[in-house]
Amino acid sequence: MSDTISDTLTEDNIKAQTSFMQEYTPIAKDGLWNNNPVLVQMLGLCPLLAVSNSVINALGLGMATIAVLILSNMCISLIRNIVRPEIRLPVFVIIIASVVTAIELVMHAYFHELYLILGIFIPLIVTNCSIIARAEAFASKNTIGKAAFDGLMMGLGFTLVLVVLGAMRELIGLGTLFANADIMFGEGMQWLTITVIPDYNGFLLAILPPGAFMGLAFLLALKNYIALKQKAAKKTQKSPLPETI
Amino acid sequence: MFVAQSSPFLKPALSVSKMMLVVNLALIPGIITAIWVFGFGVLVNIVLAIIFALGFEALMLYLRKRPIKVYLNDKSAVLTAVLLGLALPPLAPWWLTLVGIFFAIVVAKHLYGGLGYNPFNPAMAAYAILLISFPAEMTTLWPSPAMLAGHESLNFLQTLNFQLFNQLPPSVTLDAISYATPLDVVRTSVINGLASISEIEDTGKTFGMLGGLGTEWVNLAFLAGGLFLLKKGVIQWYIPVSLLATLGFFSLLFGSFELDSNPSPLFHLFSGATMLGAFFIATDPVTAATTPKGRIIYGAGIGLLIYIIRTWGGYPDAIAFAVLIMNMCVPLLDYYTQPRVYGHNDRDQPS
Repeated sequence: MSDTISDTLTEDNIKAQTSFMQEYTPIAKDGLWNNNPVLVQMLGLCPLLAVSNSVINALGLGMATIAVLILSNMCISLIRNIVRPEIRLPVFVIIIASVVTAIELVMHAYFHELYLILGIFIPLIVTNCSIIARAEAFASKNTIGKAAFDGLMMGLGFTLVLVVLGAMRELIGLGTLFANADIMFGEGMQWLTITVIPDYNGFLLAILPPGAFMGLAFLLALKNYIALKQKAAKKTQKSPLPETI
Repeated sequence: MFVAQSSPFLKPALSVSKMMLVVNLALIPGIITAIWVFGFGVLVNIVLAIIFALGFEALMLYLRKRPIKVYLNDKSAVLTAVLLGLALPPLAPWWLTLVGIFFAIVVAKHLYGGLGYNPFNPAMAAYAILLISFPAEMTTLWPSPAMLAGHESLNFLQTLNFQLFNQLPPSVTLDAISYATPLDVVRTSVINGLASISEIEDTGKTFGMLGGLGTEWVNLAFLAGGLFLLKKGVIQWYIPVSLLATLGFFSLLFGSFELDSNPSPLFHLFSGATMLGAFFIATDPVTAATTPKGRIIYGAGIGLLIYIIRTWGGYPDAIAFAVLIMNMCVPLLDYYTQPRVYGHNDRDQPS
């Protein structure tokens, strides 16, 4: 008797676990790759292009965006059954704006130098389309856990592209990586700064706005190339036998 | 290959390959003059640029799975390389040429679809990118011209040594062999009010008989080459004439008020890269406007922009930026200046 109970329990556990995996893996995959906010949805390009001139700037804005995405997604998921659909957008905007204001004050207090460098782009997180897009498309239809996880993954997807682009531009433009690491992680972390190419003259174009557009274009091309390859590989896997008519 | 069977098809007078060859030939007097005036650096630049350009062209054709031999033979990459080699400062280090040619051939030409599809003039796009990215190298490495009093220059091997390995012979400093280009002098001192035209004229280092000291001869040689192209029918008169006329008109208009702070129209026409730009760069058949009226507006736009950028802009010469800005306007110009179709009224709108 007890055996069977424990059996069913473990089975239930496994079932619950598999369903958990089944529910959350696609969210992670969507945010990081298949439906990446930058590479696929092309959202939030303005802060992406403006702030990706060094890894630390990119990381700073990326972290702030992740925090905003998680918090706003959670709030909106909580109130999704109370708010009437007619007025949902203004409510979303108010929630996102309050979250951004809170994050801005936190950064002002604890990362003052980074706050000064990022400047207008912290309050402008409120206009980052990927945030209201996630609120409308995901958080307003899903439970709080899933919404928070979606915010985390979408934010990570955004930050990943931001940091890669920042690294590309900083490396080509200045020949360093993680320059000014101390303004984000404190004085003790200055060793993070790596001078990859010593005595480098600098390639200004990469730091200037055209470098951002070109770098993003190359990243998009790379993503499309890999996605095409994956698709082709899947097709050949699915039909190992030649189809006959 | 294909012989037209019926219908009176017109055979183009010159194939792409022949046309590019003629343009390259027409550049030769200008190249020789530039070597005479500025030393062997010009030659080194052009040769390096051609080698890099053919390499990148072959690489891109291979990556794009195009027939390499056919497209390499059209000589368009060589023309781009020669134009960029002429535009670069004659003492430019080798990597400057390499970066420039990379952007010209790979980014501005092949990423947009190759010859015939590129909206921007590849040589000028590369020049603009280099000027923005490496302002110091692009403006300070002009050697003093042969006709400057107390002229010092490097021989061929010394030039090669400097450009490839950044080594000057002992007892020679870079300052001794380089000079500020006439446009640069006018840009930095006259327009900012630090010196008047007559004061600069007295130094004898900037003005020649027609335009800038040294560059006037190069410009005259390119003018001759351009007239040869006109006579051969490779280019039409619309773009060069409207460009030069507009530039001359505006420099006359603004120059006639304050003679002491504005260089003469002749200076504008025979300094920097004006003639090279008017006859060889602006007339690029791929990136220029195609209708007669459109070409006149296109040339006039470039001429006006050259004057504006030279006088009020941040950089001494303006051919590259002017050409690139007008390249952007080409689709619009072509759309609104379509000539009347034979048999239709003026009012019949192109649908």
